[in-house]
Amino acid sequence: MTAVNYIQNIPFFSIFLAIFGGIVTPVLGNGKTAQKVNLVIVTVIGILSAVLLVHLWQREESFTFMMGRFPAPWGNELRAGPLEALLALCFCLVMALTLTGGSRFLQKDVLPGKQNLYFTMIYLLLGSMLTLIYTNDIFTAYVFLEINTIAFCAIIMAKGSGESIVATLHYLVICLLGSGLFLIGISLLYSITGHLLMENIQQAILDLVQTGEYAFVFAVVIGMIIIGISVKSAVFPFHFMLVSAHSVATPASSGILSGLVLKSFIFLNIKMFYCVFTIDLIRSLKITNVLFVFGLMGMVVGSISALKERRIKHMLAYSSAAQIGYIYMGLGLGNHEGMVAACFHILAHAITKAMLCICAGGLIEASEGNVGINSLRGAGHRNLVAGIGFTVGGLSMIGIPLTAGFISKLYFATATIYSPQKMVITLLTLAISMILNAMYFIPSAIAIWSPVDKKAKIPKPSRAMQYAIGIFIVLNVVLGIYYAPIIDMIEIGIQLLES
Amino acid sequence: MINEKKEKSKWQHFVDWVNGEEAIERPKKISLQKINKKKLIILIRKYIWSRRKKTALHLIMCTFACMVFIGILLHTVSTLPYFGGSTNPASNEVVERYIESGVEETGASNIVTAMILEYRAFDTFGESCILFLAVICVVMLLKKDAAEETEEEKAFDQEEENVILKKVANILTPLLFLFGCYVILNGHISPGGGFSGGAIMGAGLILYACVNGQKSVQRFFTYKTFLRINVISLLAYGILKGYSFFAGANHLPDVIPKGTGWDLLSGGLILPLNICVGMIVMCTVYGFYALFTKGDI
Repeated sequence: MTAVNYIQNIPFFSIFLAIFGGIVTPVLGNGKTAQKVNLVIVTVIGILSAVLLVHLWQREESFTFMMGRFPAPWGNELRAGPLEALLALCFCLVMALTLTGGSRFLQKDVLPGKQNLYFTMIYLLLGSMLTLIYTNDIFTAYVFLEINTIAFCAIIMAKGSGESIVATLHYLVICLLGSGLFLIGISLLYSITGHLLMENIQQAILDLVQTGEYAFVFAVVIGMIIIGISVKSAVFPFHFMLVSAHSVATPASSGILSGLVLKSFIFLNIKMFYCVFTIDLIRSLKITNVLFVFGLMGMVVGSISALKERRIKHMLAYSSAAQIGYIYMGLGLGNHEGMVAACFHILAHAITKAMLCICAGGLIEASEGNVGINSLRGAGHRNLVAGIGFTVGGLSMIGIPLTAGFISKLYFATATIYSPQKMVITLLTLAISMILNAMYFIPSAIAIWSPVDKKAKIPKPSRAMQYAIGIFIVLNVVLGIYYAPIIDMIEIGIQLLES
Repeated sequence: MINEKKEKSKWQHFVDWVNGEEAIERPKKISLQKINKKKLIILIRKYIWSRRKKTALHLIMCTFACMVFIGILLHTVSTLPYFGGSTNPASNEVVERYIESGVEETGASNIVTAMILEYRAFDTFGESCILFLAVICVVMLLKKDAAEETEEEKAFDQEEENVILKKVANILTPLLFLFGCYVILNGHISPGGGFSGGAIMGAGLILYACVNGQKSVQRFFTYKTFLRINVISLLAYGILKGYSFFAGANHLPDVIPKGTGWDLLSGGLILPLNICVGMIVMCTVYGFYALFTKGDI
């Protein structure tokens, strides 16, 4: 009998802790208790992930974890490396801060009797995202993709208004399109490879490519899986669901949507690239070029739509679409550096956009519920912390030095050196997109900070929100200054994924 | 306002835009006074026609996209390996071990059950969570907040007046429950299991509620019981399976006896797991029915 290695049990513990939390919450009394317990559990999972991250980063190793008595091709398996642990840590951190910051909006928007059910959804969403990060089996990925979709639909719906139900349907239809394509893709993949475990599929695919058997089926499979996941992660032509969901959901929910949910799908895509199809194959089939083009289009179109928008939540949603475009552009560069930059941007955007959503909620509250940017005049004076947070978030989105957004743009730009044929267009689009970002963030910042005489009666910003935004700002700046270790973790993580 | 806008200089426009007062693209406003009725009617007709053209275009495009997709999928399916063929890539060591040593390794004679509750139990845990999630979603969406009931909702509380129907249904309900229990308890020996048995029991509950009115079900099956059964079953599933994952992954000794094949008490944890899944499915099926009809459990 061997001694139990508790470090290796962390992925399993974190997933089960999240799911158990979700199961127990409906009988746990009212929403406030549920929220407190939620904060504790998410923090515990975050600390566990941090321990795992430090352990794996120092040893530069990754491991697989057998879920049950039977080894991998027969049973299920989890896999953890530094990148996975880093993402898990980031997700827990952002989720805890977003829910804390948005707690007052939550209590106002969600019906009191249904608040604990809302937290059930949050737990199961977290559990599913952690499983999507850690899983090594594509069928498990599909099952938890479904949990993710249903849980998030309920989270949008929680407000209970007619608009939110329309937005939920919109989100559901687009997401099911993505899941359907993904499911057809994996069932076809199973029938030509005979495996569901990522490593075994990869082996079988390499054999298939050598013999040239089932070439057409394989092309269909690769298209369906990649397109399916990309549709779910709101890549350019499918970003409209993001807009309708953002505008009706409570601020915490919209922060979680563009900060975390979309990122877990993007990471699944990265995992598919490295662990299932191999990056060389993806490059030789020109999949990266397709993603690259859609990424660039998303960057420009998203920013232009945001520029035309006068409602702050819609503007943030279009800005998210543009940032997802950045990430897909990084994946589409097809080289190691582009991938590192994309992963860093996942973190940077998660932190920044969640903060912006909470701040926007605070600013709207300080302007008596008006969502138009012109009616937010002077809101920054009425809710100081939210105003500062919004400004810092805007600067980070534009890419001003000392913020997280600058580092990811710097790395995107350097990554183009390794793909010379895409260099000019990438740099040009980056420049255009940054100018557009500035053009829509600066007017809103001016509106927020322009002085207003009359003192309106508005509720005082809650303490929890102030702390949460404060921590978000500090995180953003820290990520913008001490980025070297994070980049190192991502690089090691990607190398381990590749091997 | 409109007259003032016309006199604005470009600089003023820019200042307004920076202040967020003017969007680059304003929604078009039609002032009704300037347009005479004839023109308006023509405009409306034009609008409807343009919409029709647009819808027609969308329809044609949709059909085209679907046709292309169907064509690709049909061609793909025709080139797939023959279903169940011995040289299939899917007939590999994974399936071999499930079939050849499944009974011995898990103690369950039904290898499908062995597969979903022992080999790939994590996926099934996910599936049970989806059921739980779905029913909680419906509760969030449809459960009534107010206590008073409308006429339409009261109709679901009324008893059935047809005596024959009522008697037969009342005889059938216990039988359905019995059959459901049988299917769940024998899930590891014969075809069946928690999912199918739970659905049968749920159907029994629905039949009872249809005939005797939902009030009579509420005597023993309230929202609280519903939540408790769901939570306890899922929690039990999670704890049992969590233990087995933990023990298995860390190579701890197996303390749960597997029993001999074909016995009722065999298959290790599969029997309790099946019961848990069955309870969850029963609650989900009945919960959907109750929430979609009366809006309350």
